[in-house]
Amino acid sequence: MREKLLYGLGLAAMLYLVRNLYVIFLVLPDELAQGAIYRVFYFHLPGYFTAAICYLLAGIFSAMYLITRKWKWDSLAAAITEVGLPFAAMNLITGMIWGRIIWGIWWTWDPRLTSALISALIYAGYLMLRQAIPDPTERAKNSAVMAIFAFTSVIFTYKSNEWFRTQHPGPVLSIRTGGGTIDPQMEWMLAHNLLALLLLAGLLLAIRWRQEERQREIESLRREALSFS
Amino acid sequence: MSAAPSLLSAAWQIARKDLRQELRGKESLNAALSLTVVLLILFSFAFDPAAEDSKQWSGGLLWLVYSFAGALIVNRSFARELMNDCLEALRASPVPSSALFLGKAVACFLILMGVELTALPAFCVFYGVSLLGAPATFIATLALTTWAVTVLGTMFSALTVNLHMRELMLPVLVYPMLIPPLVAAIEITRGVITGEPVPEIWFRLLIGFDIIFTALAVALAEVVLTD
Amino acid sequence: MGSPLMQGNAAMLGAQGVWRYFGDFPALRDITFEIEPGACVALLGHNGAGKTTLLKLLARLAAPQKGSITAPPLTETGYLGHGLGLYEDLSALENLRFWGELHGAPAEASSQWLKRVELDHVATAPVRQFSRGMRQRVALGRAFQHFPKLLVLDEPFTGLDERSVKLLQEVLREALERGSTIVLSSHQIPEVMALATRTLKLDRGRLV
Repeated sequence: MREKLLYGLGLAAMLYLVRNLYVIFLVLPDELAQGAIYRVFYFHLPGYFTAAICYLLAGIFSAMYLITRKWKWDSLAAAITEVGLPFAAMNLITGMIWGRIIWGIWWTWDPRLTSALISALIYAGYLMLRQAIPDPTERAKNSAVMAIFAFTSVIFTYKSNEWFRTQHPGPVLSIRTGGGTIDPQMEWMLAHNLLALLLLAGLLLAIRWRQEERQREIESLRREALSFS
Repeated sequence: MSAAPSLLSAAWQIARKDLRQELRGKESLNAALSLTVVLLILFSFAFDPAAEDSKQWSGGLLWLVYSFAGALIVNRSFARELMNDCLEALRASPVPSSALFLGKAVACFLILMGVELTALPAFCVFYGVSLLGAPATFIATLALTTWAVTVLGTMFSALTVNLHMRELMLPVLVYPMLIPPLVAAIEITRGVITGEPVPEIWFRLLIGFDIIFTALAVALAEVVLTD
Repeated sequence: MGSPLMQGNAAMLGAQGVWRYFGDFPALRDITFEIEPGACVALLGHNGAGKTTLLKLLARLAAPQKGSITAPPLTETGYLGHGLGLYEDLSALENLRFWGELHGAPAEASSQWLKRVELDHVATAPVRQFSRGMRQRVALGRAFQHFPKLLVLDEPFTGLDERSVKLLQEVLREALERGSTIVLSSHQIPEVMALATRTLKLDRGRLV
């Protein structure tokens, strides 16, 4: 039953993404000022939102683990952080490609770029910590604490970078702010692709969550087997 | 017949014990002090201290050096309890986890402050910098930022204490989270050195960071330190 | 902390339907027992049977996921695990004073203990200079010096020299005479049986 639900979800996400790609590349016109490259925004912005939602949920799941001490929250927190990172990478990479075309440089220390990168590093650290702790109880507990610290510091990072860079405005920033309002057709497409990416994230979360649970079962069976030797 | 010490006096007993150990063995103290001096010398090759704009960046450099020293010191904080299973004995004692954590953080803070203040004259001489323009501002910043480094560092020292690779893991986990207070410290120190006014926002950031992370760490110490 | 302090004739120490897990694996399964005050209980069982886990629960180093533990508060508990719990850079007296203060023991207790274990002549020497047997005698003070009502000792006889074995048996007997309750695990059956009033045997996480 659960298998079929996953297959169904996967199929729906795939069809939706194909449909969106078709509209993005073949139906929608080029943007007036930027030309074809503006299309990365359809992945850039939804990728960012998806990653942010994952970070937030990772914090909530971790707090739930500490409150209830139920394994499912630990597996969910681990799974959703892992799912969030590729979307954060999607956000960063599409942003860099866009920056290369429009600004002429791959990277600039823009506040949002900087804090997006730092956040990704912090959550990569979370996964490294998980990997490094062999005992399942300690792993769940310590990584849940780390996730709470991580989310708090992500908020601080965003704030401090905003303040820092407004002290030293970069020359490239005006291009962004001078963009004007967005075409409703394009905005609609952004929403569509956000939904598609969220669907994909949900699917990946379900798969990773199941793997995490299985892995824990295997670990404890191994312990059980060892206790008989 | 026997009464457990209060939270603050238990914390102070832990801090005193850590300081005593550190002053006897000087494990992290010597290493941190030599590292700061070595780094100050090394950086002088990468960035010319005689350059005209050196006042703009030398404060940032100082905080990089201090944060490296901080990592060395907090690394030892809980690792010090591993030999002879002292951490387990502490957990079996009536000391509340929050007191244990606070005591260790305070010890790290005092040790790191000692290293920083000792290395400060070297920095001023090597880079031709005077901090006397606003000494109180600088000392307050030094204390607030050092506490930010030690409170977060001690927490992660506890989180990573059982790992084989804790010496490597701790900086990787802690440095990205320390960027906000370090940015604030760098900005304020730049102001102190150049004499330019410092926006109040950085002080608020530092104080806010200290308050929120201290509260989080104390609240979660029980979770981290009990099985 | 958690469970209430029992008074009067009720058992001061016990477990009620206790389960403790590593991941999904139950290291302790439905453990129930009561220990009367003043008893000396030998906890027996193979490696991996759950002895250390159970002792840690009794010393409140960990809490059970299911069930509950009745035990005196930490100020009245003395716990000795596998490690000695001594700081190498501190002297024997400094070590014992540190642990004594944390347990609320009177100031003179530490030097009295060192006298009791015949180490008062090296009280101010750092522990790193001590032999293994001397360290063990200091470490015992960590658990005994505040005269706890409950002593929880994990393999206390393992690796002791002959003199220390005798000394440990003596101080255990003294503690029993004072009315302390003792729970200890051991492989050295004869040494333990000389003192034990009762045994508990664990097999793969169950009491048998």
